[in-house]
Amino acid sequence: MSANHDGANLLEVRGLTKIFGTLTACDHIDLNIAKGEIHALLGENGAGKSTLVKMLFGSLEPNSGEIFWNGQAVRITSPGAAKKLGIGMVFQHFSLFEALTAAENIALSLDDGSPISSIAAKARALSYSYGLPLDPESLVGDLSVGERQRIEIIRCLLQTPQLIILDEPTSVLTPQEADKLFETLERLRSEGKSILYISHRLEEVKRICDRATVLRHGKVVGHCNPREETAASLARMMVGNEVQAVVRAPVEGIETAQPLLEIRSLSRKPATPFSIPLKTISLNVRAGEVIGIAGVAGNGQGEFFESVSGEVLQQDAASVRIRGKDAGGLTITGRRLLGAAFVPEERLGHGAAPRMKLSENLLLSRHATDGRAFVGAGGMVKSGAVYAASQRIIEAMDVRKSAPDPEAAALSGGNLQKFIVGRELDRRPSVMVVNQPTWGVDAGAAAHIRQALIELSRSGSAVLVISQDLDELFEISDAIAVMHNGELSKPMPIAEATFEKVGLLMGGAEPGHAEHTLETA
Amino acid sequence: MDITVNILLTIATAATPLLIAAIGELVVERSGVLNLGVEGMMIMGAVAGFGAGYLTGSPWIGLLAAIAMGAVFSLLFAVMTLSLATNQVATGLSLTLLGLGLSGMIGTSFVGQPGVRLPNLDIPGLSSIPVVGKLLFGQDPVFYISIALTAAVMWFLFKTRTGLTLRSIGDSHASAHALGIKVIRYRYLSVIFGGACAGLAGGHLSLVYTPQWVENMSAGRGWIALALVVFASWRPWRVLAGAYIFGAVWIGQLHAQAFGIPVPSQMLSSLPYLATVVVLVLISRNKRLTMMNTPASLGQPFVPDR
Repeated sequence: MSANHDGANLLEVRGLTKIFGTLTACDHIDLNIAKGEIHALLGENGAGKSTLVKMLFGSLEPNSGEIFWNGQAVRITSPGAAKKLGIGMVFQHFSLFEALTAAENIALSLDDGSPISSIAAKARALSYSYGLPLDPESLVGDLSVGERQRIEIIRCLLQTPQLIILDEPTSVLTPQEADKLFETLERLRSEGKSILYISHRLEEVKRICDRATVLRHGKVVGHCNPREETAASLARMMVGNEVQAVVRAPVEGIETAQPLLEIRSLSRKPATPFSIPLKTISLNVRAGEVIGIAGVAGNGQGEFFESVSGEVLQQDAASVRIRGKDAGGLTITGRRLLGAAFVPEERLGHGAAPRMKLSENLLLSRHATDGRAFVGAGGMVKSGAVYAASQRIIEAMDVRKSAPDPEAAALSGGNLQKFIVGRELDRRPSVMVVNQPTWGVDAGAAAHIRQALIELSRSGSAVLVISQDLDELFEISDAIAVMHNGELSKPMPIAEATFEKVGLLMGGAEPGHAEHTLETA
Repeated sequence: MDITVNILLTIATAATPLLIAAIGELVVERSGVLNLGVEGMMIMGAVAGFGAGYLTGSPWIGLLAAIAMGAVFSLLFAVMTLSLATNQVATGLSLTLLGLGLSGMIGTSFVGQPGVRLPNLDIPGLSSIPVVGKLLFGQDPVFYISIALTAAVMWFLFKTRTGLTLRSIGDSHASAHALGIKVIRYRYLSVIFGGACAGLAGGHLSLVYTPQWVENMSAGRGWIALALVVFASWRPWRVLAGAYIFGAVWIGQLHAQAFGIPVPSQMLSSLPYLATVVVLVLISRNKRLTMMNTPASLGQPFVPDR
């Protein structure tokens, strides 16, 4: 399979098994990682990838099986032991401290006693040399998901590990940033380091990975050379059957349709010293169309979402209009009552209360809009109706779970996202605003969510999708606008949009440029 | 002039036990643990301090006994909440109730006995300088310990790597665990430190403030210390400010009552609480700073999944 297979394995895993109650999350997993290779770990949500990786990083203890490091049998009893061996990890659910600065976060995972200021300088230098610019003084709580991931990557690299485990690293990067990351990974590989690369993006696995191990339902279902496979054949191995492609019929005569969501010169001052001001953003989303907003993480998308959803109110009530009514002064509930629905970027703690059941999370977001269905006389909750509705959503969105009505935190990221999107779709909202609809969600589930958003728009709703995943935006949008440094470009009809044009706008090229191409087209 | 100095001295004496107990609890809460047992640990420290001092005749042995008792008593809380992951609020409350009851039982034979008092510092020459001499060089040893402790905790939390680690655990124990930080060990040590501080504060009550044993002599000071930590938004120098504002208004209203000011005594008695809350709320207006300093995982039990 690989040229340096003989005796040069950095890590060998034999029969690793992890059992949670009645669920065998990992069932006799075998895995070899050679020195200087990029090894892909593929599988759907719940296939056991995270469990396997947690055992390799010492945060979970296997029930049985052996791990060999450089040919020596080892027990990895804690993350500290893993770090000592030379295993570094970039987490999918970030292990960052929000109340601390980037530099302090990095210092915490380094065991040397060097002062924070020198760590900050080192981190800054390293981050620029790898093309992942980072301000070590910024407070993590103020940073976007993409920026937080940069901290994780830089933190891992500063530990100079032999094996780097990356869990979904590119899901929040622009194509250009991802290219930089791939260069970084290739550079690390040429330095003789090994990388275990977890991703749902099959194209990039094909592009950079030397070998792949595919998991399904906790078992290894195959090893392969991804370069010899097609994305479709890899997906088939992961899912066990064909993944349905997203279908988007072009819309006709959209120019005359009613705008259901109107943003009129929306401006916002920076809320914290680190956040981005919004500069006179205007946008119409009409009934029947999906508009995508592209942009590098941290260019004001979060601030924009907060303003549109009503988490932050506007001075000028007319700056956000929903179904022809001024909504700028309304709270989230007020805007929901006008027929809008919102899905924020962060699932746990924002989109859902982690320690509450799914049915309770359903009630939290819909108690006002569906008051008649869910709340009875005297303000008593009709728990039967809420439960039935949550089961309906679970079925419609194919949410996989371990209990009939589990806590939100007990679901895997992708399954929780399916539930949160489903919760809003179930209302048939006439305006839907989604931030990062499929971040960290596997291919099958992502296709499901995207198709559902398109169908919602075709049934006469206005859908606004903010995403850093360009593939996704090109798949579902009828027009794409780009947010850069708090400014929004004019939406570009999908027929005229190319990766290159959008990428240039994301990088801060003249917004007028896009307008010009629009007019001449 | 003498009266002013004396009033200032009594303010310091009133503020010292609050400050020590609150600084200890601040460290505990910064590590993400909420120990509502401060009152109980304090009173246990007071009875142990008095008893050991009374039996040996040495107030210093008394002070050490108070510290040790506070630490041992807090260990009970640590085992329950950290190893057995019980509810911190309920466990802390029961620790207070247990401490109040147990100290009364232990102290029955001490009631009415003459205690020993820690001597004030007396540096020849310096202590006799008018005004500043007594304030700076003539107070009881625990006063100096309390100031040094505040400075040390401030330095530890914000200038050392270990302090940073401790704060990170308070912010997110799950993230800290993922990085390989020994969450439970840090929390044990924090809780025991907090217990030792509460014990020392109790020792101050029975060896300095009023050198005798009276049941329930902590009189709610543990609760005030707890409130100070929150209102000071978990920042040491604000705890110091809060403790002294409370002490000052407390002493002030006592004098006012003695002078017979025509204000209902209940009103005057509530003044220290009111003044402390108002001042600390005013200095914590910066929401962002408060958010940064609030331990996000406060009070949540941590069970690492294995």
